[in-house]
Amino acid sequence: MNWTSETVPTAGVTLQLNRAGSGAPLLVLQHDVGTPPGLPFYDTLARDATVLRPAHPGYDGSERPMWLRNVRDIAAVYQTLLSQHAATRGRTDVTVVGLGFGGWIAAEMATMAPGAFRRLVLVGPMGIKPERGEIADQALVSYIDYVRLGFADQKKFDAIYGAEPPTPTLEQWDLNREMTFRVAWKPYMYNASLPHLLGGVSTPTLVVWGREDRIVPLECGERYAKALPQARLSVVDNAGHFVEMEQPEQLARLIGDF
Amino acid sequence: MHLMYFTEQPMSAYNEAAGRDFGATALMFSNKHFDPVAGSRLYNEYLEHYRLAESVGFDGIMLNEHHNAPFCMQAKCNVFASILAATTKRVKIVLLGNPLPLADNPVRLAEELAMIDMVSCGRLVSGFVRGGGQEQLATGVNPAYNRERFEEAHDLIVKTWTQPGPFRWEGTHYQHRVVNPWAVPLQKPHPRVWIPGVLSKETIIWAAQQRYPYIALSTEIEATKKIWEQYDKVANECGYAGGPEYRGYLQRCHIAETDEKAMANARQFMWMQGEFTGLAHPVWSSPSGYFSPSYRQAFVEYAVGRRSNPRGAAFEDQLQNGQILAGTPKTVIPRIRKLLEETRPSIMGFWAADGFVSHADTRSCIKLLGEEVLPAVREIGKELGLWSPFEANAPTGRKFLDPAVPAGV
Repeated sequence: MNWTSETVPTAGVTLQLNRAGSGAPLLVLQHDVGTPPGLPFYDTLARDATVLRPAHPGYDGSERPMWLRNVRDIAAVYQTLLSQHAATRGRTDVTVVGLGFGGWIAAEMATMAPGAFRRLVLVGPMGIKPERGEIADQALVSYIDYVRLGFADQKKFDAIYGAEPPTPTLEQWDLNREMTFRVAWKPYMYNASLPHLLGGVSTPTLVVWGREDRIVPLECGERYAKALPQARLSVVDNAGHFVEMEQPEQLARLIGDF
Repeated sequence: MHLMYFTEQPMSAYNEAAGRDFGATALMFSNKHFDPVAGSRLYNEYLEHYRLAESVGFDGIMLNEHHNAPFCMQAKCNVFASILAATTKRVKIVLLGNPLPLADNPVRLAEELAMIDMVSCGRLVSGFVRGGGQEQLATGVNPAYNRERFEEAHDLIVKTWTQPGPFRWEGTHYQHRVVNPWAVPLQKPHPRVWIPGVLSKETIIWAAQQRYPYIALSTEIEATKKIWEQYDKVANECGYAGGPEYRGYLQRCHIAETDEKAMANARQFMWMQGEFTGLAHPVWSSPSGYFSPSYRQAFVEYAVGRRSNPRGAAFEDQLQNGQILAGTPKTVIPRIRKLLEETRPSIMGFWAADGFVSHADTRSCIKLLGEEVLPAVREIGKELGLWSPFEANAPTGRKFLDPAVPAGV
C-alpha cells in the first residue's frame, strides 16, 4: 500500500497526516501511545477507503500546540480537518474509527456533529468513567509496562515493538505521554459530560472491545453501547486494548461488515 | 556569610526492611509504616534542635517540605516556620521552600507567608521550589504544567505582596476575581526569595533572570561551578554581575568529638540508600513533562531500568568529593575552606545529621558547629569576601532593586 505523509495546517495546529487508498473517507484516530508506522490493519482499511491517519496534535511528530489543553479541542481540530477534506474532495460520507484514546476523541466529535458521519467505530475507547473498575493510569507505570498492559499476548508486543524497545521509541512514548497529561490529566481519561451528550448522537456506531482489555474495563463498552442510541457492542477474544495490533483481520472484518 | 542549620526531618522510626521489600520509599509506600507516636517525639526533637541552633549562633534555619516519603516528615514548611516565628528571636526563617505548583491558591500562600513574616518581625526568607517529581503525583498536580504553574504562582504572590488590592488575576492556571488579602508582609518591598535546586538548567536561568540567589543542594564542587557559570552568564545578559551574594550551598556536615564517631554518624546520610529523597521509583520520580526536555533520553532510560540513578553515589565517593563532610571541627574546617574557595557562596547551609543519628549526638553536633566551626567559617568568609545578600545589601530582586527591610524599622 502506498502511503503519503504530509503536513496539514488545520484549525490553529499543524498535523502530520498519513493518507492511502481511494473511495469514501475513513478517518483513523490513534491511541494515546501513538502508533508504530506501518501496521497491516491500516493497509487492510485502505483497500476499500481513503484512509486519513493523522498523528494527534503533539503526538508522533505532529507539532505540539501549547494552547491545546483538552480532548474536545482535539475533536474540534479533526472536525475542521474533515470539513477541509469535504471541501476539496467532495465526499462527506465519512467513517470514523477511533482506537482507545482516539475512540474517546471520535466520541467527542460525534457529540459535536451528531449525524455527520456515515459510521462510527469505537475500539476500546477511554472517555467514560467506569462505575466499578478504573482506567489504568499510565502515570504510575513505565512506558513499556503500560503498552505491554494493553496486550493480551506479550509475544505480539515483542513482534511489533521488539522485546526491548529502543530508546527512541521510549522517547516518543514519553512525548506522547506528556501530551496526554496536558489534555487528560484530571479527571484522568474521561469526561463526565460525555455519557449524557452521547444520547444525542444518531450515527450508527460499532463499539468493539478486546475481551482482555486491562487498560479500559469492558464495563465501559457496555456503558458506551447503552449511551449511544444506535450502537452495538462486539467483543473480540484473544485481544487486549490494542485490538488492531492483536486481531487486525478480525477488527477489519468487523468494520467492513458493519 | 549567612550560615544556616538544616535537617530533612527524617522519619527514622519506620520499617526500613518494608521499604526495601516494596522497592521504593515514596508515593505508594504505605503510610501504615508511619508511627505517629515516634512522629510526635521526633517533631519535638527537631524543634529543640532548631532552638539550639539559634542559641549557638546560626544565622538562619532552613526549612523544606516533602510528601509521601519517610526521608522528610515535614509536610508543610509553613507550619514549622510559624512555630519558629514565635519561638525564636534572631534567626532568619529560610523556606527552601514552598512548592508553588502544588498550590491551587497562591494567594493563600502569600497570606500565610505574610503572617509568618509579621509574627517573626521580618525574619522570613521565602524560597520557592517546583516540588519533586513524585510529589506532583502525590498531590494530583499536572507535571506537564509544573513550570508554568511555578512561574505564574510566583508572579501572583509577588504582586499580592507588593501591589495594593483589590485586583483581578486572570492567568493560565490561576483565576481570582478578587485578590485583596488583609495580611501583607512586614518586609518591604517584599521578603527575599531564594531558589534552591539540583539539576534543572531552566531553574538556574529563571533564578538569575529574577536576580534571586540560587541555592545548590548538595551538588559536587565541579557541578556547582557549572551552575555558577550558567547563572553568571544569564546575570550578565540581564545587566548585573553574579557573585557570592547570589550563591548558596547546602552540604551535609556532621561534627563530633572524634573523627571515628563523626564518620559513623555521617554514614546515616546514606540511610536513604544514598539518595536523599529515598529509594526512588524510576517512574514516579520523573513523570512525563516534569523534567527538563534536555534530559529526556536519560530519564526515559532510567524509567525502564537501563540507567542507574545519577544521584546514587557511594559514601566514600561523596566524602571524597566534598558532598559529605564529617569529623571534628579541626578536620572539617579545612575541608569547608576548600568548598568556599572553590565555589565562593555567601549562603552556606549545614545539613547536620540524618537518619538514625541520636537526639544527643545531633545536639552535640549542633553545639560543636556553633561554637567551633561557624566562627572559623565566618573568618574564612571575610577573608574571601563572601558577603551575604544581607551584608551586601543586595537587591530583593529584578523588579525591586532595594534590599528587603522590615517596615517601621
